[in-house]
Amino acid sequence: MSKVLMKGNEAFAEAAIRAGCNCYFGYPITPQNEIPEYMSHELPKAGGSFVQAESELAAVNMAYGAAAAGGRAFISTSSPGLALMQEGLGFICSTEVPLVVLNVSRGGPGVGGIQPGQADYLQVTRGGYNGDAKTPVFAPAGIQECVELIYEAFDIADKYRNPVIIFADGMMGQMMEPVELPEKKPLISAEQIRTQKPWAITGTDHHDGRNVVYSLRLQPDVLEAHVEHMFEKYAKAERELARYKTSNLDDAEIVFVAFGTMSRLCAEAVELLEAQGIKAGVIRPISLWPFPDAAFDEIGDKTKLVISTELSMGQMVFDVKAAVNGRWPVGLINRTGGVVPSSVEIAERAKKLLEEVK
Amino acid sequence: MKTVFEPTRGMTKVDTSYCPGCSHGIAHRIIMECLEERGDLGNAIGVVPIGCSINGHHFMNIDMCESTHGRAPAIATGIRRVQPDKIVFTYQGDGDLASIGAGEIVHAAHRGEKFTTFFINNGIYGMTGGQMAPTTLIGQRATTCIDGRTVEQAGMPLRMCELLATIDCAVYVERVILNSPANVRKAKKAVKTALDIQQAGLGFTFVEFISTCPTNWGLTPVESLRWIENEMASYYPVGNFRKPEGY
Repeated sequence: MSKVLMKGNEAFAEAAIRAGCNCYFGYPITPQNEIPEYMSHELPKAGGSFVQAESELAAVNMAYGAAAAGGRAFISTSSPGLALMQEGLGFICSTEVPLVVLNVSRGGPGVGGIQPGQADYLQVTRGGYNGDAKTPVFAPAGIQECVELIYEAFDIADKYRNPVIIFADGMMGQMMEPVELPEKKPLISAEQIRTQKPWAITGTDHHDGRNVVYSLRLQPDVLEAHVEHMFEKYAKAERELARYKTSNLDDAEIVFVAFGTMSRLCAEAVELLEAQGIKAGVIRPISLWPFPDAAFDEIGDKTKLVISTELSMGQMVFDVKAAVNGRWPVGLINRTGGVVPSSVEIAERAKKLLEEVK
Repeated sequence: MKTVFEPTRGMTKVDTSYCPGCSHGIAHRIIMECLEERGDLGNAIGVVPIGCSINGHHFMNIDMCESTHGRAPAIATGIRRVQPDKIVFTYQGDGDLASIGAGEIVHAAHRGEKFTTFFINNGIYGMTGGQMAPTTLIGQRATTCIDGRTVEQAGMPLRMCELLATIDCAVYVERVILNSPANVRKAKKAVKTALDIQQAGLGFTFVEFISTCPTNWGLTPVESLRWIENEMASYYPVGNFRKPEGY
């Protein structure tokens, strides 16, 4: 299949359509607006439904209803919108309904700004909802990878009966790259809903028994047993979904840990440092939850410093420290508020941090 | 012997958790009877949000899902998109619908969503123990207005039928009262009409039930029936606010 040049947000929307998404619920928020725009005219052509919701709060609940009724539901938003969706996400985890959520993130806190940010790291990996729940989170480094992750996320959400978050920063949503789009899957049929989602609320004539999708459990021991059941799924997710890529770790003095747009800048910083005689490598977590701890076991003997490199005041750094577990000093290179550092700035700051630990 | 009456198959054979004299049981029953008479029990999907009626799925013998507080109209919107040929309804109390969910109900009506909302208005928060609702009458006591609701402190009670009837795509808006056998029969007729209009795909349909909450009002069931007849019905007049031609 040939590559096409597409804007990130439009490619993400097309990826969802090709994954068999049959309903999308959107609300305008920058920098993801091209997604509801694209969905409004392209999803109906593919046989699906588009609704412009009155708020992110409504959008996530529409998606819950659609998914509870057997749909392959998709929603997208940007950081403050995701904050509004948190109530729904925790509820959906509790009700065990699948959903794919794309966060094209921007700077915060509050309304913040509209330039790229990664300060939703804690929001997506820890959640802002009440209670014990988890959502698998994948952070692509480019449009192609994001397309592939969205395409796969629908199946992961179905398998675990849980929301899955794709965490793409605003840089990826707004830029254009050549992309190879995956094959279009057919829409889920009523018969497939019956066999693949026997729990779905489709009317009692259409499946065995009576289906109720629910969250309320007033008996503490019953609720505890349900949460333990959810955490059995999450333990399985930790075994199956941890993903990462590494480069140049063998002889690296400095190991950058970076995801998304920052990982691409770190790859450039590695080249700049190399030209100055400093060996550096990169660990790129693709899954942020589960965090790929195993990647850190690949770090070689020559490493003197691990640097969490982030578009936030330092949120992933806590996971990095936990994974490093005292084996190396952990530094932080960061910008926030929508400021994206240059690879030159990253290399310079890395050199200084290295001198401090030497 | 010829059977002249039997309970609807639309209700499970479980004792409800509702208090003596509460209207939920009647409202549940007439909705389920209408679905059964239409032959739609197996073709219906209901949404029950936070409030006493979140337990409704234990009693209504159809496919259902729970809703977070106030969001049932958004959830029903999603369900309709995936199951467009099913009968879909929300069953919401007044704290849920008129307070925390005021945005969702207005916009579901505004989009002309093809589902039915059954609105139980008893002028108080039931499940949480009797706090003031947007629908609590002036002078009525609640645990967050122990000397009675005042206009100065909390404004005037919100009339949802009148509000929704201003929205063009809310094609059927009717208020009924569950205080006597005759009025329960009228309520059932309204439910039937709403479901017929939903099936015809004409737009959003809404039935408000003026209902009792003896426990939180501190009244007996009989006194509660008098209260809705004398106090609530004078502020919330029963009747039709909007219907399509031919219905």
